[in-house]
Amino acid sequence: MKTIDQEKDLLIGLAANDTNAIETIYRENFATIRSFIIKNNGYPDDAYDIFQEAMIVLFEKAKSGSFNLSCQLQTYLYSICRRLWLKKLQKQNRYNPSIETIQEIVPVEDEIELHEKKDKDFLLMEGALKKIGEPCKSLLEAFYIEKKSMPEIASAFGYTNADNAKTQKYKCLVRLKKLFFAQYKNKE
Amino acid sequence: MDENLLLDAIERYRNGQMDDAERLFFEELRKNNPGIDQVASEHSFFLDELENMSEQKSFRQNLKQVQNKLRKEGILSEDDQPKSKVVYLWNRYRRTITVAAAIAGLISFSTATVISKYSENKKVAVITPLVDNKLNQFEHKLNQIEHKLNDATAIPAKPKFEANFRATGFLVDGSGYIITNAHVVQNAKNIIVENKKGDQFSAQPIYSNTTTDLAILKITDTSFKKISALPYTFPKTTAELAEPIFTLGYPREEVVYGEGYLSAKSGYYGDTASYQISISVNPGNSGGPVIDKDGEVIGIISSKETNADGVVFAIKSKNIYTALKEIRKDKDITIKLPTVNSLKDLDRVKQIKKLEDFVFKVKGN
Repeated sequence: MKTIDQEKDLLIGLAANDTNAIETIYRENFATIRSFIIKNNGYPDDAYDIFQEAMIVLFEKAKSGSFNLSCQLQTYLYSICRRLWLKKLQKQNRYNPSIETIQEIVPVEDEIELHEKKDKDFLLMEGALKKIGEPCKSLLEAFYIEKKSMPEIASAFGYTNADNAKTQKYKCLVRLKKLFFAQYKNKE
Repeated sequence: MDENLLLDAIERYRNGQMDDAERLFFEELRKNNPGIDQVASEHSFFLDELENMSEQKSFRQNLKQVQNKLRKEGILSEDDQPKSKVVYLWNRYRRTITVAAAIAGLISFSTATVISKYSENKKVAVITPLVDNKLNQFEHKLNQIEHKLNDATAIPAKPKFEANFRATGFLVDGSGYIITNAHVVQNAKNIIVENKKGDQFSAQPIYSNTTTDLAILKITDTSFKKISALPYTFPKTTAELAEPIFTLGYPREEVVYGEGYLSAKSGYYGDTASYQISISVNPGNSGGPVIDKDGEVIGIISSKETNADGVVFAIKSKNIYTALKEIRKDKDITIKLPTVNSLKDLDRVKQIKKLEDFVFKVKGN
């Protein structure tokens, strides 16, 4: 069993997208989740999907900075997975109210709800970025995500100067925003 | 290009790239100008979303990598103890059967069954025999697993009859002859018929004709007591279009009543040995009687068109006479169809009350 400090470190690592932290959490928690899902009408592959989704929830939480674990990490992950799995079963009309609980659980409704919203946003943005195509996609990623400077971008993408690159980036940005917000507002 | 400059300013403000004077000026500008403020919040929100997306994307990639690595190392894979496998299967099917039983095979149509012999046309046949195989495959599996579990825990289990299909049949002769579809019993090793009360009798096919899709079973159990007066009769003539009809059958464990009308005097692709009827049926209804308002059995339900709702085919009753003739010739068994109809002029509820005892569930494996 981990101490509170060790778990805190894991979460900090997770928020920084550190593979060691991810691996440790997998090693220590996956088996429990897998046996829970198999006991409740799932295949081993379902366990991978659910656990992965739970890790994303945890990642978002850890990243938000406001996250204080009020219970053990194991309990938290188990609660999230349990809730996600119930939802999935319900969606497929395979829900069985007598679902087994092998551990204590904490309420995670809000987390799941927030996660679902974020997941939608993620897909929206990913889709919009795919739709605008190249070179816009790479150009915007270079500037907004890789935080490259305009002169760097200009030479990498073959623009004659930084101002040209900037104009091009602006055009791409307007298109991406249009695509994203059109769907975002549709969704609301 | 004004907006370009504005977005640029918003980004520099957001990234903390403004000096104090510029920052104050910008904040003031936002405060006094709702239009600019709105653009600024919208753009910040958008950039947040963009960054979140990319962070999550690389996190997802890392997750996958870790998962693959650990899977390869075998750390996340299944421990393959045989007993746990049985328990695993048990858990899976136990849940499935609950749901499967609840929906009572409503969705379980096998689509591949081809009855193209009825048709000159080369089109792939899309009719479904109405024998309920799938639901009971689950029951069968469940039973198997139950047995395995029982064996594992060394509790001696009673040998029990494990049915893997269910359909309908009805008496044509009170001495124990039941008619059903040939496709119901064609692959069955053991057949059991069960009446409304739940009494079970073993039965054996004495006749099966895959062309007409008719089969006749003989109840072999000595516990079956001869029934003297069947209430219905079998007309040799063809029924009329639009005639109201009804049926009783076992699409569920319990007997189910359904009504409809005769919609065509021929069956699938003009097959003159059948009627097309419009009625709601499900797997398990195969072999059920199609009865008109006077209590005459005009046909036997056999199949339905897979892609259309309420298009059901029933074998005309006159085929029964042919079948009985063949049985007399080949096996020297004389089956006497009832000649007195006691259902006429009764209301439907009373008709059903009288009928119920003669319609059987046909099960087997």
